[in-house]
Amino acid sequence: MFKSKLFSIVAVGLALSACGPKEPSGIASQPNVRRLTEAQYRNIIADVFGNRVSVGGQFDPLVRTGGLYALGAQSAGITPSGLEQYDRMATSIAAQVTTPGNRDLLLPCGPADVKAADDACATQVFSQLGRILYRHKLTDAELKSKVDEAHRAAEVAGNFYAGITSGIAGMLVSPQFLFVADTTQKDKAGNIVLTPYAKATRLSFFLWNSTPNDDLLTAAEKGILDTEGGLSRQVDKMIASPRLQNGVRAFFSDMLALDDFDNVEKDSIIYPAYSLAVANDAREQTLRTLVDLLVVRNGDYRDIFTTRDTFMTGALGRVYRVAVDRPDAGWMKYTFDPSDRRAGILTFVSFDAQFAHPGRSSPTLRGRAIREALLCQKVPDPPGDVDFSKFNDPTSPIKTARQRLEAHSTFPACAGCHKVTDPIGLALEHFDGAGQLRDEENGEKIDTSGDLDGVAYSDAVGLGKAMRDNPAVPACVVQRQLSYALGRQTGPEDRPMTQYLEQQFAKDGYRVTDLMRRIAESDVFVTVKAPPAKSAHITSPDKKEQGS
Amino acid sequence: MTFLIRKKIARRDWLRGTIGGAAVGVALPFLDAFLNDSGTALAATGAPLPVRFGTWFWGLGHTPGYAVKAKTTTSPGITFLKECEALIPYEKEMNYFGGFNMPLDGRSNYTHFSGWVASRTGTAPSSSVEIPAPTLDLLVSDHISAGTRFPNIDLCAMNMARANYSARSTNARAAAEGNAINLYQRVFGPQFADPNKAEFKPNPQVMIHKSVLSAVSEESKAFVSSLGASDRARLDEYFTSIRQLENQLAVQLEKPAPNQACKLLPEPKPVEGVDEHLREGLEVDTVIENHRVMAKILAMAVACNQTKVFNMTFSDEQSHMRKPGQTYTHHLLTHEEPLDKVLGYQQTAFWFNCRSMEGLATFIQAFKDIKEGDGTLLDNMMIFAATETNYARVHTVDGVPIMTIGKAGGRVKTGNHIVGNGDPITRVGLTAMQAMGLPMEKWGTRSLQTSKTITDILA
Repeated sequence: MFKSKLFSIVAVGLALSACGPKEPSGIASQPNVRRLTEAQYRNIIADVFGNRVSVGGQFDPLVRTGGLYALGAQSAGITPSGLEQYDRMATSIAAQVTTPGNRDLLLPCGPADVKAADDACATQVFSQLGRILYRHKLTDAELKSKVDEAHRAAEVAGNFYAGITSGIAGMLVSPQFLFVADTTQKDKAGNIVLTPYAKATRLSFFLWNSTPNDDLLTAAEKGILDTEGGLSRQVDKMIASPRLQNGVRAFFSDMLALDDFDNVEKDSIIYPAYSLAVANDAREQTLRTLVDLLVVRNGDYRDIFTTRDTFMTGALGRVYRVAVDRPDAGWMKYTFDPSDRRAGILTFVSFDAQFAHPGRSSPTLRGRAIREALLCQKVPDPPGDVDFSKFNDPTSPIKTARQRLEAHSTFPACAGCHKVTDPIGLALEHFDGAGQLRDEENGEKIDTSGDLDGVAYSDAVGLGKAMRDNPAVPACVVQRQLSYALGRQTGPEDRPMTQYLEQQFAKDGYRVTDLMRRIAESDVFVTVKAPPAKSAHITSPDKKEQGS
Repeated sequence: MTFLIRKKIARRDWLRGTIGGAAVGVALPFLDAFLNDSGTALAATGAPLPVRFGTWFWGLGHTPGYAVKAKTTTSPGITFLKECEALIPYEKEMNYFGGFNMPLDGRSNYTHFSGWVASRTGTAPSSSVEIPAPTLDLLVSDHISAGTRFPNIDLCAMNMARANYSARSTNARAAAEGNAINLYQRVFGPQFADPNKAEFKPNPQVMIHKSVLSAVSEESKAFVSSLGASDRARLDEYFTSIRQLENQLAVQLEKPAPNQACKLLPEPKPVEGVDEHLREGLEVDTVIENHRVMAKILAMAVACNQTKVFNMTFSDEQSHMRKPGQTYTHHLLTHEEPLDKVLGYQQTAFWFNCRSMEGLATFIQAFKDIKEGDGTLLDNMMIFAATETNYARVHTVDGVPIMTIGKAGGRVKTGNHIVGNGDPITRVGLTAMQAMGLPMEKWGTRSLQTSKTITDILA
């Protein structure tokens, strides 16, 4: 009896410790429709057609929402000139796919006679391609329409590939390709649930930032994603896939605002070492470092603020002023010396150059970026009627950014925000507006001491350590990851879920891949609630008047 | 049965030729010989020459007291001061609007944002990203752009895709084109049909292309009907875009009317530095040159009836223009440059403002250089030149200056300095849209709503 009772207690204890706290039910999301982001569009084309096909063109800008462009995609439309750009890209991509040098490699079949239509081959092309691009198996009607269209175009042009080209171009401007929709169905209990294809699509864009591959679509078609074990196995496969790196890159590129890096400008007289190559490499350095630490080495997320392991190129070496053994050899691993003043992504050129002015550093911009992007804290906009020129009297003795900002802080309207941003931004003042090391500003020795929420430090390395130990850091990445995965801003009602994920994140050693896995396998990830009632007026495209 | 018949292409798209591209009939002529005696209308139909509308944006306003001499009452004559000296030759062809206010009804003044949004949409935004209504250029485009190849063309001399002050809503804002060669190729590339060539062959590829787009709409019905109401509304925007693209292709299938004003320009040489954001793209000389080259291409695109509506950004709302070797951008200067004790203003910020006004003069001249009818292209258009703040140093939005240039085909009187006396700035936009023929009685919301036309400038 005793033995039996003891066994039961131990068994329950083991079970509890194995399971941990129960996942809260979470707040169901409304099914939504998201416009493909530029990165997703490019990833899909690369995944489907490989690097033989290039994408050139301009995308309508997205609005950053809740700290992420990915959430802006949820309400983004397509303007006429935006569609014109998509159309031009589609025409170019389709033409590249069907060039004599590419079509044998990229298409699953060839025609019996190149000068005539070939419905059998066209059927093969569009059924395979359509399933990947539209993220579901084409209906018979959809497939017939594509094949008929290609047939007619082939007849007009007297060339089979003209039909295939126009068919592919049509697919690439279709709303079924350009918009990612959460399609739903009713389960046996009458609840609204995501279709298996929609689940596969959510998983794929969350983990890979691209369209589902054949394996994932097949899993959806076989109902594998509808079972707990099946879903878990599929997520394991996706986490193990090299494509996970694309997903991680996309998320951090969005969260760290690296997507905005194209607009970074530097004065070539003030910063002669900073070039287009440096800018491209600086962004890539940060992403490579993150992928290496978080995916390849499956490390602790918090270490992104302290790691000395990174990658270097010849171009970057000139800005970092470090010796690069083979400057023309491309990327190579690089470790900053323990005595170096650089450790963690805040000390990288990408961060310090992006959050700076074209000709000088900006502790305020850097501090604000850290607060908002990495700690998920909102810093109010500056008041509109402040006359900053009062701080810039050329006869004043002010020489350093610290002195200038201390002057700002003497004005009550400025003080509140500057106290929040400046101490952490000033810790990075050893890096100029291009991210290059310096000791002095205008002949004055730079003071980088400060504190982050009460934790004092003397320099950027110390700031990195303070960031690493700040509980808001993992909480922020959890919140952003969940928003990113659900395609909506999270709010107070999601707090039980984010709290649960924070606990699990800590338990998992702050490993981002585990966080992504937990979100992908969670109920909240695939739970939807009924969309708003359908409007009585259903707009079908053909019922609108032609012409504008 | 042929390809196009089976796709139910509209009869008008068939033209009067064959799919293979035989010569086809001539559409309405537009030569001087076919204009009425005064050169202001088509003799055959009496239809007036087309009137076009465009906006021109510069960032960071004026230096108050150094741009335009203030007036207390509306009257003819604009006294341009040092900052606007470049505009003196165009005084008789423009109107200046000063002293109009921008009541925000307690909403924040989102710096460098509220000003342009309110003056172009008639509504003050309730966040730093919200564009609460379509901008006036799109309302004009909806009204006048039928039958033109491009419903509107959006450009930015700084090659910043986001610096486009035209939007249908917060989430429907097109990217601005910033590369002159791309602009040239888009308008005058292989798809352009020279209206003055005797023979016209419709391109069968365009027919196939148009057919593909029609099929896309057809195939998407089931997809659209599966969506919720708000998402379907969003997809409506997409289908509007599809229809406009189809129209664009339809225009390419018709022989354009001969047009004496339309003269093919050579493809421009690359403007050095434009694609090198990181080094020279935002240097003021690069911006000025890129703007000059794009203005010429745009003016010819308008003359060739490729578009009737455009938006040109000279500098963005936080003008990132800079001089080589200076640590401060134009924007930073407006906030951090001390007032010159002798001159009374921020000397370098003022210098940038002068460059902006020279840019406007260059832009005006590009349209004035093209002869149309008995006058110039500028006579048959209205340029709505506006900024986002009155005095950037302190971000004021009351008194934001606006200028309109051109007589809009005789509908607008020019050469006037209009004094707003604190009236809502939306009066200017309402009047501009009415001049463009929009049947609009009032415009704007809350305190920005107005039904008061500025009759002083309407002919």
